Amino acid sequence: MYKRYKPFVFLGMLLTVFLLSGCSDLLVLDPKGPVAQQQKDLIMYSIIFMIGIIMVVYVLFGFIVYKYRDHKGHKGYDPENKGSHLIEAICLIIPLIIVVALSIPTVKTIYSLEEAPKGSENKKPLVIQATSVDWKWIFTYPEQNIETVNYINIPEDRPILFKLTSADSMNSFWVPSLGGQKYAMAGMQTELYLQADDPGVFDGRNSNFNGEGFTDQTFKVAALTSESFDKWAKETQQEAPKLTKKQYDQLMLQGHTKEMTFSSTHLKWVKHENDADYAIKVRERLSK
Amino acid sequence: MKWDEFFVTGDPLIYGADVSIAITMLGIVFFLTYFKKWKWLWTEWLTTVDHKKIGIMYIISAILMLFRGGVDALLMRTQLAVPEMEFLDSQKYNEIFTTHGTIMIIFMAMPFLIGLINVVVPLQIGARDVAYPYLNAVSFWTFFIGAMLFNISFVIGGSPSAGWTSYMPLASNELSPGPGQNYYLLGLQISGIGTLLTGINFMVTIFKMRAPGMTLFRMPMFTWSALVTMAIIIFAFPILTVALALMTFDRLFGSHFFTLQGEGMDMLWANLFWLWGHPEVYIVILPAFGIFSEIIATFSKKTLFGYKAMVWSMVLIAAYSFLVWVHHFFTMGSGALVNSFFSVTTMLIGVPTGVKIFNWLFTMRKGQIEFSTPMLWSLGFIVNFVIGGVTGVMLAMAAANYQYHNTYFLVAHFHYVLIAGTVFACFAGLVYWYPKMFGHKLNERIGKWVFWLFTIGFNICFFPQYFLGLDGMPRRIYTYSEESGWGPLNMISTVGGFMMGIAFLVLVYNIYYSFRYEPREKTGDAWNGRTLEWSTPSAMPPFYNFAKIPVVKGLDHFWNEKQNKEIKPLTTQDLQKIHMPNNSGVPFVMASFFFVSGFGLVFEWYWMAIIGLIGVLATLVIRSFDYNNGYYVSVEEIKETENITK
Repeated sequence: MYKRYKPFVFLGMLLTVFLLSGCSDLLVLDPKGPVAQQQKDLIMYSIIFMIGIIMVVYVLFGFIVYKYRDHKGHKGYDPENKGSHLIEAICLIIPLIIVVALSIPTVKTIYSLEEAPKGSENKKPLVIQATSVDWKWIFTYPEQNIETVNYINIPEDRPILFKLTSADSMNSFWVPSLGGQKYAMAGMQTELYLQADDPGVFDGRNSNFNGEGFTDQTFKVAALTSESFDKWAKETQQEAPKLTKKQYDQLMLQGHTKEMTFSSTHLKWVKHENDADYAIKVRERLSK
Repeated sequence: MKWDEFFVTGDPLIYGADVSIAITMLGIVFFLTYFKKWKWLWTEWLTTVDHKKIGIMYIISAILMLFRGGVDALLMRTQLAVPEMEFLDSQKYNEIFTTHGTIMIIFMAMPFLIGLINVVVPLQIGARDVAYPYLNAVSFWTFFIGAMLFNISFVIGGSPSAGWTSYMPLASNELSPGPGQNYYLLGLQISGIGTLLTGINFMVTIFKMRAPGMTLFRMPMFTWSALVTMAIIIFAFPILTVALALMTFDRLFGSHFFTLQGEGMDMLWANLFWLWGHPEVYIVILPAFGIFSEIIATFSKKTLFGYKAMVWSMVLIAAYSFLVWVHHFFTMGSGALVNSFFSVTTMLIGVPTGVKIFNWLFTMRKGQIEFSTPMLWSLGFIVNFVIGGVTGVMLAMAAANYQYHNTYFLVAHFHYVLIAGTVFACFAGLVYWYPKMFGHKLNERIGKWVFWLFTIGFNICFFPQYFLGLDGMPRRIYTYSEESGWGPLNMISTVGGFMMGIAFLVLVYNIYYSFRYEPREKTGDAWNGRTLEWSTPSAMPPFYNFAKIPVVKGLDHFWNEKQNKEIKPLTTQDLQKIHMPNNSGVPFVMASFFFVSGFGLVFEWYWMAIIGLIGVLATLVIRSFDYNNGYYVSVEEIKETENITK
């Protein structure tokens, strides 16, 4: 008997172990901002349905396979049992209801993620342009006239509007603790709202495969109190070096770099959302 | 180009592969020469147009590719077993996951199923062969040559490394220089010809060559699944053909369809790829559904529950499969409306799939279930596929998808549907129809070992990956840090992967063991089957399949005949001479020219490409002027083959 149910026992054990070991430890299920929170809520909502569906199928499966196994004293054999409109209707209608039940919060959340998080609509979002170049991230604060490489500082409790683009390959900007990802593409600009609840440091990365240096194309996001953010911005504007075009063109080459900070931006030379092949041209020029 | 750029050098793994390839080649040549098998190889296999033999060749190739793709998988799992592993470098790892994905989908899953369709569908509909036997040979050889061209990239020139999705601009000349990506383009293009021809061939076969009395709604479920699959192939594959051609132009001739320069549009590639790619996943799952339907009915000794609902579900799934492609890139920023639309369509596709799951369950209800190996695979399918299915619905919810996208959550999901669905079906179908192909069963005891090892290994390998995904582990990274905390689950996953590898070896051993020791089948009905393929008197049907074409009176015709004791042995009066097609070596030669041409294009040696294309053209011309219209099998020969004395 045990043998037949081994996979279920085993799966059940595995499931319990993982679930008990703490979903809350998993990055995506441990949100640090309102965007990730909405996504976690949606995920948990859907998981309840999914566990329900699995339970129904497994119970039916276990019951049918046990009862109608070929054994002595087998009863109820009906080889011509072709179907039943009632059962078939139930099998159609219940999944449809589930789809509706899942669709409504999904669509609601999709629309809500397009805007600044609820409760922060009135706060002016901080705009950061994120540009990916194989295999690094360049961040531009147009209003503060600051540019950083491979790290960002953001104020807590204020919506951040990321304007994403790429100098070459298709990338995906992702900070799992703060919220879901969006692609950064050359010749395009996409927008993503994120927000941090409290000060803290979070891991961000490109999650879309783009070649040899992909694994290490990561960055750090530091959420600061708004006072320390303002202080950092002011200090950077005064103390950090200006970005030169030569330096910027060096950044266009494939490779990794350390964290950098500048008190001017690249926007006066190139807007990658309008100029898809800037980096390719620079590489051609510099390799000559 | 220097020789050390031509051959891949500098890696002990590759040298090992070089040596083993050379030894295998020499071994094959020696074997064929020593046993004087060259002529046998040519007349029985390379020139055959018999759908059963072509099917067997498909399946053998697919098993070889499963081995290759599986080795790729184990190399990856080894690299990921512990943090900061230094077994493979980034470039090697990228090549390996690229070839793993491409090979498993294009050169393993699809050919395996097409092989089973080849063997079984003509028999199930009571036909003597497919509608276009010659074209069928062209299909197989172009697939085979495409697969070989793709595989040699490993040792000659370097493998593609832009992922099986080959997103632009990563796959462009600027970011992926060298011949690797060209192998992908040409290998897929050539084998795609074969797939498209198969689609046309089997659609015509199923529509036009059914035995008298077999209306569409009397067709076995596997034949239905094949028909629906062929329709998807006919609509989807031209998209891939065009997309590959455009990227080939970009890479070889300097056009700008998808490039960074010249206003190319990289998002167009992603759209075209998934416009084909999503229907493609249904191309590899619908035949699997068909296989399970046959097996579950047979071993429950009961007719299918809700036959019509199952058929319409498949038709609906096929139609829907063209309406969901955007869910592969919800994160591209298409806007809330677009994402909402594709979220809902994607979830809706779960409804007919759910209907099918319940139909299989209710087919077993009131049955008398026998736990044979094919049935075990089918039961395992239901249990595991449901997990893949519900996580698919989770992924369909775009807002949540932003967090799952590009992570191991996705990797776990598609392995749960592709392995528990397609691979289980391939194994189930192989075991189930093995006596039809080779005249004896696979050993059941060893077969059950394979099932348990593989299924348990599969769950150990992929279940933890859902949690890795939720913990933020992106797919396609070649290593990770200790601090990430992903180490333990990855280790578990790797252990499971190797269990699956062992299961595969046991399966191969079972083929050898059964060949030696299993008793030969005495009748054509190895499993107390329900459909026409089991109605042939001999275990392996003769090359003309049916001495007398059956007249079909209903669904499960053969089963009903057995129940009503209506089966009479054939007599001479039943027989008429049979028209059969001739063998031809032209498809093999044509495919070889495709190889020459493809190889030339990979290295941009245009003289070679042109020679190859001229060869292809010449074989087309030869075929066009071929007035050979086949031959007749005499009544005497049929009597002898079928042992008819009266």
